[in-house]
Amino acid sequence: MTRLLERLLGRLPIGWLQLTHNRARLYSAIAGVAFANVLVIVQLGIAGSMTTATLQQYAYFDADIMISAEDANSMTEGGNVARQRLFQALADPGVTGGVSLFVANLAWERPKGQVLLQIFGVDPHATGFLNPEMAHKVAQLPLLNAAIIDRNTRGLDAEMLGGIRPHSPETFEYSGKTISLVDSFSGGGGFGTDGYLFVSDQTFLNLFGKRISGAPDHILLQVARGEDVGAVVARLRDTIGDKSLRIRSFADARAEDLAYQNTQRPTGLIFGFGVVIGILVGIVIVYQVLSTDVAAHLREYATFKAMGYSHKFFLGIVLEEAMILAIFGFAPGVIVASGLLSILHAKTGLPVAMTAETAIMVFVGTLAACALSGAIATRRLAAADPADLF
Amino acid sequence: MNTKPDETAIVVKGLNHWFGTGEARKQAIYDVDLSFRRGSLTVLMGPSGSGKTTFLTLIGCLRDVMDGSVQLLGHELNGASTATNEMLRRRSGFIFQAHNLHESLSAIQNVMMGLQVHGRGIDKRQTREAAAHILGLVGLADRVEYLPGNLSGGQKQRVAVARALVGNPEVVFADEPTAALDRESGMNVVKILKRLGAERGTTTIMVTHDGRILEQADRIVTLEDGRVVGKSDAAP
Repeated sequence: MTRLLERLLGRLPIGWLQLTHNRARLYSAIAGVAFANVLVIVQLGIAGSMTTATLQQYAYFDADIMISAEDANSMTEGGNVARQRLFQALADPGVTGGVSLFVANLAWERPKGQVLLQIFGVDPHATGFLNPEMAHKVAQLPLLNAAIIDRNTRGLDAEMLGGIRPHSPETFEYSGKTISLVDSFSGGGGFGTDGYLFVSDQTFLNLFGKRISGAPDHILLQVARGEDVGAVVARLRDTIGDKSLRIRSFADARAEDLAYQNTQRPTGLIFGFGVVIGILVGIVIVYQVLSTDVAAHLREYATFKAMGYSHKFFLGIVLEEAMILAIFGFAPGVIVASGLLSILHAKTGLPVAMTAETAIMVFVGTLAACALSGAIATRRLAAADPADLF
Repeated sequence: MNTKPDETAIVVKGLNHWFGTGEARKQAIYDVDLSFRRGSLTVLMGPSGSGKTTFLTLIGCLRDVMDGSVQLLGHELNGASTATNEMLRRRSGFIFQAHNLHESLSAIQNVMMGLQVHGRGIDKRQTREAAAHILGLVGLADRVEYLPGNLSGGQKQRVAVARALVGNPEVVFADEPTAALDRESGMNVVKILKRLGAERGTTTIMVTHDGRILEQADRIVTLEDGRVVGKSDAAP
């Protein structure tokens, strides 16, 4: 390793030699950097689960435009939309089709406790508005009170749910009606509910007696191929003319929901705060590790300075150490963080996970924090006369 | 100021230096005028606290000159830029009282650092050979791969001497270089310095209390309370 680094650097790898000279100090430095990695990765994983859970519900659908009530900050919030807006929208030459979407929460009372499901009422014949998996599965929904359930629903036996088939359905009672679970799909619990349930619009209205077909929660539209979605949205706002509606592209609706969850809802704010604190604490740990190391070698650096070495040389050593610590601290940090996130996922059912993007981002961040911390720690060396440091 | 770079390595005029400010100000050097001829070996003597090390670090470019003038190898140190300081340090060799070896580098690697400071263009094999050669001259041929932690005080001091001399410096500043050495090793170091003076014109300014070295010196300067109180011969 020493020879390899010597060849790469074109000089003695002093950073590497310094780090490996005192093994106890090296291991504690690596542990410090690894802990900083764990802290940030876990916080990002938890915060990322909010994003995954929010976007999950949009991933079931294939639409270009969504019309919702003015107060519909998310998929599940807000009032209803008059179905006549769907017909108005269909009159636009750029719109090729549209459907009503009903959304509610349904509590499945079980001996071990309640399971809360987010239920979508969809037109089972309008399969073009669903993702391929769901489009295939909803073929079984025209049967009244038939439903397909998220097999990852928190609080339910995943094996039991996975075994559900049209010829071996599971049933449960809700509001005096028997719901027949005829199939399952892969979903995942969010922060508001434990899982998802898909039914036909007719079944939805049958289960929720106070809801009417003329007032869905959202209207989904598709536009002609090559049509500018933004231009169609602008036209619809003019044509429909109802200022109490939010007429947005589906992508905007998704992004606004995500922004709302992250910046307006307490959970998102707490997670965001956790990430900020995690990063700050991580930076402090990394700074402490590097500045302690620089302080421990200040006398030796002062000797090099007295010999005529420039500040660039010391920055090179510190950068070398920063890279070594970032690399050596990253591997154990990622392993421990992955384990912790897996445990968290198993216990909560939330989609907490470490993505490759997160890992790369944390590695680059650690490298930058290490390098910056080391550079700051060498300022004393730059400012002082060598004779004052011996 | 007129200097004669061909004959004079260092010219000091009206040098004052102090530590602290206000009531805590403590003057360490008072109005010193001295010059050092190229190739000479000067010994600085004086009791503890007389300002010898402070003076050495001032003329050795390791401490900023506050008041007065120091010309080292033709360059004024008062107000010198960082680049000038670095260039002059590369042309000098400093032997520290406390060795100041890098603990994680072997003896030969410590000495190689004295050559690598001159840039990346130096051949690695030649650097190593030069370092090994000078370690042999100070009697450490069999200790080249030892870490400082595994060397005695005298051996460390000899590595420090080798590191200071390996780059063929024009001036050597030495602070008690023989304090940790036995008589033979101490005299060997002084002989090397004398030979460098004669062969290459290397100027040596040495702080020492070692009476054995005095007879080898070309000149002895005595400091007391920051003032020059004696010179054994006339300034060049």
